[in-house]
Amino acid sequence: MRSFSEIETISKRASRGAGFSWGVSEEIGKSIRLLEMYGLPGILYLKNYLEQISNHNFQKITLISDENISNNIPYCPISVGVNFMDQTHNLEKIDKINFSNLAYPLLVVPFLSRSSEIIGKKILLNLENFKFLFNYNQSIFSNFDNSLITKTSKFLISFSQNEDSFDKITWDALYKISQKTFVDETESSKKTSAGAGLTDND
Amino acid sequence: MQIELRDPKKIMKLKRLGSFHQSKLSFLRSFLREFNSWDYKRELFELDNDGYGVAVYSFKKEQRKYSLVCFANKLDDNERSDRVIATKWDASFTLYDGIPTKKDIERLSLNVPRQEIGRMTYKELTLSRANKSMRAFNYVVECLSNGNQPSGKKLSEIGYLYRTTAVYGSGKFGLADRFRIKNRPEIHGPFRLEMMLVYFVRQFTIDQVNFISKNKNPRKAVELDKNIARSLGIGNSTGLGMAPFIVNHPILLNNWILARETALKKIREIRNVKQGDFNYFFECLRNSTNNINTWNTDNDYQKEKIKDLKVDLIKFIKYLEEELDTKKEYLFNGIFNWVDANLTEESIEYVVSLFLEPYDEIVDELSLTMSADEDKFFNIPVERKIEDLRDLIEKNYSEILDIDFNNDKNIQNFWFISKNKEEPRVANRFEEIGSELEQPLAIARDVKSLYSRIKDLKNSMTISRFLTDNNDLRHAVRRVFMIEKFPYSEIQDNIIGSELMPIDMLRLKLSFFGACKFDPRSDKWLRICMFQGAPLPDELKKFKDNWIYNSLN
Repeated sequence: MRSFSEIETISKRASRGAGFSWGVSEEIGKSIRLLEMYGLPGILYLKNYLEQISNHNFQKITLISDENISNNIPYCPISVGVNFMDQTHNLEKIDKINFSNLAYPLLVVPFLSRSSEIIGKKILLNLENFKFLFNYNQSIFSNFDNSLITKTSKFLISFSQNEDSFDKITWDALYKISQKTFVDETESSKKTSAGAGLTDND
Repeated sequence: MQIELRDPKKIMKLKRLGSFHQSKLSFLRSFLREFNSWDYKRELFELDNDGYGVAVYSFKKEQRKYSLVCFANKLDDNERSDRVIATKWDASFTLYDGIPTKKDIERLSLNVPRQEIGRMTYKELTLSRANKSMRAFNYVVECLSNGNQPSGKKLSEIGYLYRTTAVYGSGKFGLADRFRIKNRPEIHGPFRLEMMLVYFVRQFTIDQVNFISKNKNPRKAVELDKNIARSLGIGNSTGLGMAPFIVNHPILLNNWILARETALKKIREIRNVKQGDFNYFFECLRNSTNNINTWNTDNDYQKEKIKDLKVDLIKFIKYLEEELDTKKEYLFNGIFNWVDANLTEESIEYVVSLFLEPYDEIVDELSLTMSADEDKFFNIPVERKIEDLRDLIEKNYSEILDIDFNNDKNIQNFWFISKNKEEPRVANRFEEIGSELEQPLAIARDVKSLYSRIKDLKNSMTISRFLTDNNDLRHAVRRVFMIEKFPYSEIQDNIIGSELMPIDMLRLKLSFFGACKFDPRSDKWLRICMFQGAPLPDELKKFKDNWIYNSLN
């Protein structure tokens, strides 16, 4: 088994070898490590994408908006990922962000996971028929089947507004059970606890 | 009295960093202090009469066990090479997480001797290999097998029976990633498991030399005297592989140097120095001069430094004996000021290291601060402004900004990774090919280039906006923000200039390992010695921390 350190190093070097700047290659190294740590096929995707770079053109993106459409050539997933992460603070104000014609979309996934941590919000992704939920870069919840998707036009990102996944009734019911760990206060403890015996208008 | 930390712009110059010496904060010394209550055992020692075979040493405390697995192989003299491109060694080693089974040893025997081309697993923590110092090893076998002890003085001068030529950890070749061990309660600082490996390798070399001598002449042979055994360490040949580490790990570098600088500051701030503490410092100083007298090198650069050190220490001892009033308040501050004004950089740093000796309470606390979780600082704070970036560069790189990178002399070298062994190398940009594949280590040049790029930009522009068009300088932007809160994280020099001495970078790192007897063999590699004078494993539970100055005693 390759160590994560080896995975990060080879990804960084290969990305530089394929023409990305050192700074971006460092981001790719960290991102592929993250994908592999979550059991997602980062190495396979990166290898396939970098092999394509030498003889195919990919569209770089600068400023990301709600609708991002590249008509002729597919978007570079690294450019999308790095810029999404860099612009997250602005993008979180937009409800939904769509990308049409995006190459090797799984390579954007680790950048979304890291963005979730940066802004402190969960991020949802719909990729083809798969869903990803990014939990502050602590975990990724997904039904993705590790298949190789080389191009997609179904890549929709939305920011969760940090809402609870449960309703108030459920919470209250659980709270009631938790109360079983509490002990009734006696008269004497009421008299000796913080602030007791004083007027608070002093 | 409040003493300021020393100025990073002075301390972080390569010439100064290349004058650092081991100290009480060095990792091999903290390793011995932290592991002194562990139980050591030789679990397996299956060597043939010539000393080839396998051995296992274990180190246990409660439920935690580590084992050094050693493989000693026959090596023809013409195959013995300290160069990293070698493919065979006298012995190879791995530190195993737990006690290996027979099956594990079988697997390891197929991989550990092959080193870089073998495959390790997450159960192996560190990996190394070593070659015999033939002059020392054969001499000792000759003496012991004839019933004589070798000359302690002669062996002390050589310093070791074996030289390691690499020690790997942190996920290399499939070894366990750092995250698997970094939170273990017994791991208090960097490189503890590398130190553990080297320490037990030393014991293996002593056991092997005894074993071979005994088999050579069973009736006459004697065991190596323990005092002589103790005066042997492990040698190491180190090349450029180590140099980029201190550039690539700026926060770790900061934490090492900050710990040492903080210790110095605290010691200088002691108002009433106890006479006993001063005496202990002086005793260590006197004993340490023995080590300097056995510090041999053919390298002119180092010879000059040792010569200055010897002259300086005579002057310093005279000052301590004849001029210093030990009753004065802030005694160590007074001594430091004298040293700083009167001695060379090599000697100043030598004395600074010795200052730490009496102060366990200061050192123990600081040695816990010498690790770093650099990933925490990896993300660029893209919401910040160009104004912040510019201010940080002006504050932390002011002297770097004065370097003229249009002058060929200042960009003469480039760092690259060699194809055959994937090791860092440095070459002349104007004479050799490959500079387009330069590693991102020219921090000074790249930060200056970043500074020029942002010069005319609006203060209010966000870093996020800047990066959309300037990702070619992303690594430099990350660097400037990463080191913002870490004053000693950046080497305040140009490491691609014509005057670069790469061994200064190696020596800095090796001093924090605890290496002694720096012996540069060129400006790009050197030999050193580790654990010379250290307690043997069966003496670990009771030893004095000043062992490093007593290797000849």
